[in-house]
Amino acid sequence: MAKIIFVAPDGSRRTIDAAVGDSVMATAVKNGVPGVVGECGGNLSCATCHVYVDEDFLTRVGPPGDLEDDMLDLGVADRRATSRLSCQIKVAEALDGLIVECPEEQP
Amino acid sequence: MTGGALIVGASHAGVQLAVSLRDYGYDEAITLVGAEPRPPYQRPPLSKAFLAGTADVASLELRTPAFYAERRIDVLSAERVTRLHLSPAEARGSGTALTDRGRTLAFDRLALTVGARPRRLDLPGADLDGVCYLRVVDDAARIRAHLAPARDVVVIGGGFIGLETAAVVRSEGKNVTVVEAAERLIARSVAPMISRFYQLAHTRRGTDVRHSAEVAEIHGAHGRVTGVRLTDGTLLPADLVVVGVGVVPRTELAEQLGLLCDGGVVVDEFARTSEPSVVAAGDCTVMPNPLTGEGRVRLESTPNAAGQARVAAATLAGKPQPYTDVPWFWSDQYDLKLQIAGVTNGYDQLVVRGDPDRERFSVLYYRRGDLLAINAVNSAPDYLAVRKALASGTPLPVDQAATSDVPLKELLMRASAPH
Ligand SMILES: Cc1cc2nc3c(=O)[nH]c(=O)nc-3n(C[C@H](O)[C@H](O)[C@H](O)COP(=O)(O)OP(=O)(O)OC[C@H]3O[C@@H](n4cnc5c(N)ncnc54)[C@H](O)[C@@H]3O)c2cc1C
Ligand code: FES
Repeated sequence: MAKIIFVAPDGSRRTIDAAVGDSVMATAVKNGVPGVVGECGGNLSCATCHVYVDEDFLTRVGPPGDLEDDMLDLGVADRRATSRLSCQIKVAEALDGLIVECPEEQP
Repeated sequence: MTGGALIVGASHAGVQLAVSLRDYGYDEAITLVGAEPRPPYQRPPLSKAFLAGTADVASLELRTPAFYAERRIDVLSAERVTRLHLSPAEARGSGTALTDRGRTLAFDRLALTVGARPRRLDLPGADLDGVCYLRVVDDAARIRAHLAPARDVVVIGGGFIGLETAAVVRSEGKNVTVVEAAERLIARSVAPMISRFYQLAHTRRGTDVRHSAEVAEIHGAHGRVTGVRLTDGTLLPADLVVVGVGVVPRTELAEQLGLLCDGGVVVDEFARTSEPSVVAAGDCTVMPNPLTGEGRVRLESTPNAAGQARVAAATLAGKPQPYTDVPWFWSDQYDLKLQIAGVTNGYDQLVVRGDPDRERFSVLYYRRGDLLAINAVNSAPDYLAVRKALASGTPLPVDQAATSDVPLKELLMRASAPH
């Protein structure tokens, strides 16, 4: 288990005990975190799982892969340096306490 | 007596409908009843990660039990609705449902999200042990169990599910033959050049792909499958046969209610059936093309199931909004990621970008110069650009799109920039 903290656009927070090995997207969707849709179930086809990773965790989470980078480029409304597709972030003990912020809108 | 909303069929469409009903402020009871023995789960991985053994059942779960409880969604599993009864006109939309457990469920809103069942083979030997279909998680588990000791696998049907299955099975080192009755693979969904591309791609990876090939019968010994005989006399050895020859929408309950059905439950752009108080969504429906409002299309995809379910929920909650989502779909075979957006019906021109030989290209479909759809293989940027163009109604002229070295994204930005 690792704690993942989802921050809604209005600043409200929700902490979830995530199963190691699940993606951050799946964690959000299964638990009904508003703001993460995950329409393609983690297949890098929808970009509806866009999140902003908290600066402090950025190096631990790592950069997006090539395909993800393409998806972020065109698929999301407001890409920032901290943008990731949360279906590509696997929950791990090392990410315990991870804070991600959900964008205003998903495509 | 008030019974809240009853949603029959607990899968992609049913779950989204329940969740969206709450999102739209519906405050009465919501009952989601499903015939399958386990809580709702994702289907797409059944022919991908789950079949390959890299995802387990738990990871397929669509929502947690705590989530359903919190949103007051009552999920009944392993219970099938066998009869529906609608009250007379003065109590519009309300009625009762009878289940195979002998229960009567009262409702004052009804949604049908009963999906589709795999089309069965009607051939000698079709019921031999080792002949498998693929729709539910137990099907996938059964295929996996047969797969481990198998040497020769025949996949009947060269559609998406058949080809995804073939890719997984071939990756485990088995001898695989794909038998397709039509002249080409995935014929219903893509242009001939995409069919040819997939035929070559599977052949290159060691699968024997036979189109225009018809199965005459399935051979067995001691109740177990041993081979597949084609009508031209060829006998293909097989210890496992996977059948993926399409699905049949479940229309029985709708027909019982006298709702209009035509290769699916007919719904309008608000997901209303011919009895407007009853909605339907997902694989069980046929609907007007969401991009043009014309004709009737049936879309078998999770994005459609979810999108249409949202529309159905809005209708039930008294906040109707038409369904205009750009249809999209994906298929993973080996390292080939196919992404599809739009509806290809009636295309008269194709534009090819990139290089099929390098397994990275896209095909744009046009009708009278208007962009209709895209099939992109390992070309996510093209796919996304077209999806955006279709959603915003931005034209991507044929002659410009045909210049492969200009990213579609740039065309899109040029077209939408103020003049
Ligand atoms: C192997 C496989 C791979 C796929 N891959 C993809 C993919 O990559 N991308 C994609 O977009 N789509 C894919 N699909 C298609 C996608 O899964 C379907 O479009 C989607 O599941 C449709 O959802 P639905 O809720 O409309 O219907 P279904 O998923 O068919 O669910 C209907 C449910 O209703 C239940 N039910 C039926 N009748 C009753 C009754 N009388 N009482 C109670 N319950 C009832 C059924 O048991 C079933 O659980 C795939 C499908 C399969 C089988
Ligand atoms: S869930 Fe679709 S891209 Fe992440």
